[in-house]
Amino acid sequence: MVQPSPTVAMRAITKRFPGVLANDAVDFDLAAGEIHALLGENGAGKSTLMKILYGFYQPDAGEIRLHGTSVRFRSPRDALARGLGMVFQQFMLVPSLSVTENVLLSLPRARLRLDYRDAAARIRGLAARYGMVVEPAARVWQLSVGEQQRVEILKLLALGAEILILDEPTAVLTPQEVRDLFTALRRLAAEGRAVVIITHKLSEVMAVADRVTVLRSGRRVESLRTTATSARALARLMVGREAFDQVQREPVPPGPEVLAVEGLSALNDQGLPALRSVSLAVRGGEIVGVAGVAGNGQRELGEVVAGLRPPTGGRVRINGRDRTRASALEVRNCGVGHVPEDRLGTGVAPNLSVADNLLLNRYRDPEFGRGPLLDRRAMQDEARRLIDEFGIRTAGPAAPVRTLSGGNLQRLILAREIGTHPRLILASHPTRGLDVGATETVHQLLMNQRRAGAAILLLSEDLDEILLLSDRIAVLYAGEVVGIVQTDRVTVETLGLMMTGARAAGAGSGVR
Amino acid sequence: MSPVTVAVLAAAVRAGTPVLFATLGEIFAERAGVLNLGIEGMMLASALAGFAVTAQTSNPWIGAAAAAAAGGCLSVIHAFLSVTLRANQVASGLALTIFGTGMSAFLGRGYVGVPGSGFQATPVPLIAQVPVLGPILFQQDPLVYLSYAAVPVAWYVLYRTRWGLEIRAVGEHPEAADAMGVDVARVRYGCVIAGGVLAGLGGTFLSTAYTSMWIENMTAGRGWIALALVIFATWDPVRAVVGAYLFGGVNALQLHLQATGTSLPTYLLLMAPYVFTIVVLVIATQETARKRLGTPAALSVPYTRTG
Amino acid sequence: MIALERREAPHPWAPLAIPLISIASAFAAGAVVLWLAGVNPMAAYADLLGEPFGSGFGIAETLVKATPLILTGLAVLLPARMKLWNIGAEGQLQLGAIGAAWVALFTPIGHSPVAMLGVIVAGMAAGALWALGAGALRAWLNVNETITTLLMNYIALLFVDYLIYGPWKDPASRGFPLSATFPLDARLPIIIPGTRVHLGLVLALVAVVIVTVALSRTRWGLEVRVIGDNPRAARYAGMNLARHTLLVMGIAGGLAGLAGVGEASAIAGRLQRGLSPGYGYTAIIVAWLAKLNPAAVVIVAVLLGGLYLGGDSLQISLGLPIAVVNMLQGLIFFFVLGGEVLAGYQVVIGRRRVEPVSTGSRAAR
Repeated sequence: MVQPSPTVAMRAITKRFPGVLANDAVDFDLAAGEIHALLGENGAGKSTLMKILYGFYQPDAGEIRLHGTSVRFRSPRDALARGLGMVFQQFMLVPSLSVTENVLLSLPRARLRLDYRDAAARIRGLAARYGMVVEPAARVWQLSVGEQQRVEILKLLALGAEILILDEPTAVLTPQEVRDLFTALRRLAAEGRAVVIITHKLSEVMAVADRVTVLRSGRRVESLRTTATSARALARLMVGREAFDQVQREPVPPGPEVLAVEGLSALNDQGLPALRSVSLAVRGGEIVGVAGVAGNGQRELGEVVAGLRPPTGGRVRINGRDRTRASALEVRNCGVGHVPEDRLGTGVAPNLSVADNLLLNRYRDPEFGRGPLLDRRAMQDEARRLIDEFGIRTAGPAAPVRTLSGGNLQRLILAREIGTHPRLILASHPTRGLDVGATETVHQLLMNQRRAGAAILLLSEDLDEILLLSDRIAVLYAGEVVGIVQTDRVTVETLGLMMTGARAAGAGSGVR
Repeated sequence: MSPVTVAVLAAAVRAGTPVLFATLGEIFAERAGVLNLGIEGMMLASALAGFAVTAQTSNPWIGAAAAAAAGGCLSVIHAFLSVTLRANQVASGLALTIFGTGMSAFLGRGYVGVPGSGFQATPVPLIAQVPVLGPILFQQDPLVYLSYAAVPVAWYVLYRTRWGLEIRAVGEHPEAADAMGVDVARVRYGCVIAGGVLAGLGGTFLSTAYTSMWIENMTAGRGWIALALVIFATWDPVRAVVGAYLFGGVNALQLHLQATGTSLPTYLLLMAPYVFTIVVLVIATQETARKRLGTPAALSVPYTRTG
Repeated sequence: MIALERREAPHPWAPLAIPLISIASAFAAGAVVLWLAGVNPMAAYADLLGEPFGSGFGIAETLVKATPLILTGLAVLLPARMKLWNIGAEGQLQLGAIGAAWVALFTPIGHSPVAMLGVIVAGMAAGALWALGAGALRAWLNVNETITTLLMNYIALLFVDYLIYGPWKDPASRGFPLSATFPLDARLPIIIPGTRVHLGLVLALVAVVIVTVALSRTRWGLEVRVIGDNPRAARYAGMNLARHTLLVMGIAGGLAGLAGVGEASAIAGRLQRGLSPGYGYTAIIVAWLAKLNPAAVVIVAVLLGGLYLGGDSLQISLGLPIAVVNMLQGLIFFFVLGGEVLAGYQVVIGRRRVEPVSTGSRAAR
């Protein structure tokens, strides 16, 4: 039997960025008609490798062959012209433009004058063929995340892409939407196209991929057919050792109610309702996880409780006192720690020192200064203590925070927000973008606080994380609490259904 | 409508034209994501170039071409610093203004007080006789007619051509545009230079049409007023006309009041255009905040292709 | 092939080398422009640079010009630390002069023992209020302060004209637009006899010290630095951005106003046109070259002050307008901007050396 030559063959690809070797002589093959998963932890080099294939980066060394001929893509435009398309984690769509305009933008420069009607018709046709319905005149910012992803794929299909690369496509989808996506992908592969999924989720690899290539620390570890391996074996290849034992959630006697949200409503940045009469409560010693796909109100809920967004109705009570209109400072003074969603963008001042950032919530305390002047020595000492206690790897208290790695940055933020043993912790997507080891640490720290009696409100898109850590789970859909359930008594399927708006039988809403 | 009113409205159009050119130009630059605070410097340099070349060649059209070229060349400096080197755009624009102002005053020292020639008012045959609108709109200098044409052209390019689509994409989300194969740098350079050329036309209008002379700092802040008017226009060429002529109206009204004798002190009247611009800016800022779409999202943020 | 590649860390000599190379390049470019305009660059530069540093009197005069530059430099620097652009130092300076003139000429304080204090306080307050206009618009309505402060410069200059052509015109001036001269009690004293160096210099240096200490050692300074580094983090940490905006703009206006007090009360002795040849705009360059470091402002202000002095000399010797100095300043600014960016890169010639590849999967070539 003749082995057909791979559609894409990457050989000895090497890419270096300042301070890091992202890809170290990596080989990668892709055949037509297959779904090939590129698996690895965060930071393993998967995205970089595919961005090189797509022409977004240039490799420092190595060769790429497409259908047997050596190619060098100087930009995504070249790759697109040769039938290669990529859907990124952050969608490459212009939010203020319509779906039609975004598709037109990606089509090759045919003529100067734009023909909106023709383009819209083409989009509708393609969408119907693959069951990915979307309204061409809608502006992208009006679409849901799942719909935006559809637009991205339609864009590539309109260009006639034969090879599709998807970077972490399921991170922002509900379980049902993931199933729909996989169905569409299988249909595309059956038509002879080649699909690459970049992912770190083992279950998805086993569910949809034909082959899997594992990357670790910039190097290719192995490529196998998924039929010839197991999730456990892949985990070992991915991490290089046996996976850690996951945290155990032991029963903790519930304490007094720390956070109570009653009938809370709020608008989002666009002025549209983001929260509609949300009610829930968190007691000391328990973790309440808020599940829901991005865009359904999680972010706004966290911001309102933290005092960063004014509500339009309802009440927030912290430790029994009304804090609905409290400022961020007042909320913090109630003994609230807030681990923000966007580490670098919101959580730290990147060019200031580690010490300054570690004490961003305590520099007003009398122990760190007399009158207007700061006691720098006291700050340095306390910073050193926190660095030791939380194992933050840094050159020292004076080092600028931007030199810290993602995992250490999160340690710093946790040290700051948790180190004072707050009564209430707001944790927003605390392990996003972290590797397995760092994720473990974060989970452990949160569990420790729970055992010590803190109340924790956990906002996360990662259902696995929510199931692992939470005592109770509240599901948000379109700004409403669809249900609040005990973790021990719910299944992933039920949660997935709730995340699409279906109310589960027996799941109370607003029941404490 | 009384002849006085017509005369003032005609003067409003004339006074608003240089600002209209500059505003249109800056709309393109900012739509592509580049903030150019150097308009004042470019206008001054172009005003001098237009005046000087017109004086040498006795042909205001060649002068206008020279002025457009001067604006374009100066804008290349800003484009190079902002787009290629990714330096701070506010600083680069300010440097351009300081440089342009200084250089024009220096090179123009021999032209102060020199009588010059320039454009003559050219009525459009037939249309100029239309009551009211005729005298206001169609008995103006040729450059004014050019500005009339510039607005619909700008609108068409921005909303109906591929160029315009690329410009809008680059200014909102350069990463996406880049990923879709658009040459971000080329689009930005093009728009900044277009801005410089248009600012140049605005500058030369001041020295060869509105007046026929050169004075140091003769733009008197019009470059800055254009920046405010871009916001008022919500980055739309058609709305730019409204802002520019409103400004022109305030200007013309203030001149008229001075000429006809009024109890208001001269200098307080002269403040009117600037106060007007601040008020307009405040209103426009609130409007932009309310509308979901306003400021190009990537404005003044240098673009680097990263992971 | 030649390519620019990002450095991992800036060259160790960068902080010193960049400004020097940039300034040298700016002068070279300026020489070209001068030559094209029919001026002998060497003669011009000899005057430009020789005058300020060539004699005792030259140095003193340089300090005189450096005084308002230090103050306006701080007025740009302080808001800039919070990523606010105060382009209005020129206008705030004028308001300072107006405030000083009002107290000196039109209130009884002008003839009292506390005249000097009154003049200083009024000038700073006037400058502060002027800046607060733009500051409030920014803090409460999010209106772009770059444009508003700038437009208020034009209004301020017109305000001065209005006063000196109108209600405050000196009857004894025979038609020239000047206010009456300030009473002696209201004039800032000369501190170096035989020169024009006045108390303003001391006040400026004191301001530098206060600003330096405040930024690095106080809670307020920490907040300013956090807001400037990452406003979202500042809000998340509970800081009040609106209040800081107002405070910082007010202080900046006060400092620029103090510069105006100095120019009106010590140098000119009256309110008149042309108190400032553009100090408020040069201040932007001062703040930038000083890399927003208050102590460095002093050195840069002296250098640029010397440049202004040289420009005065050029006016006399070669008949060149003071605008030449502005042109050179603009060129310096360009080259410094470019130089800073290029310092983050290195030139790589030829093919890059390939790192030895570790053992791992490697297909045979």
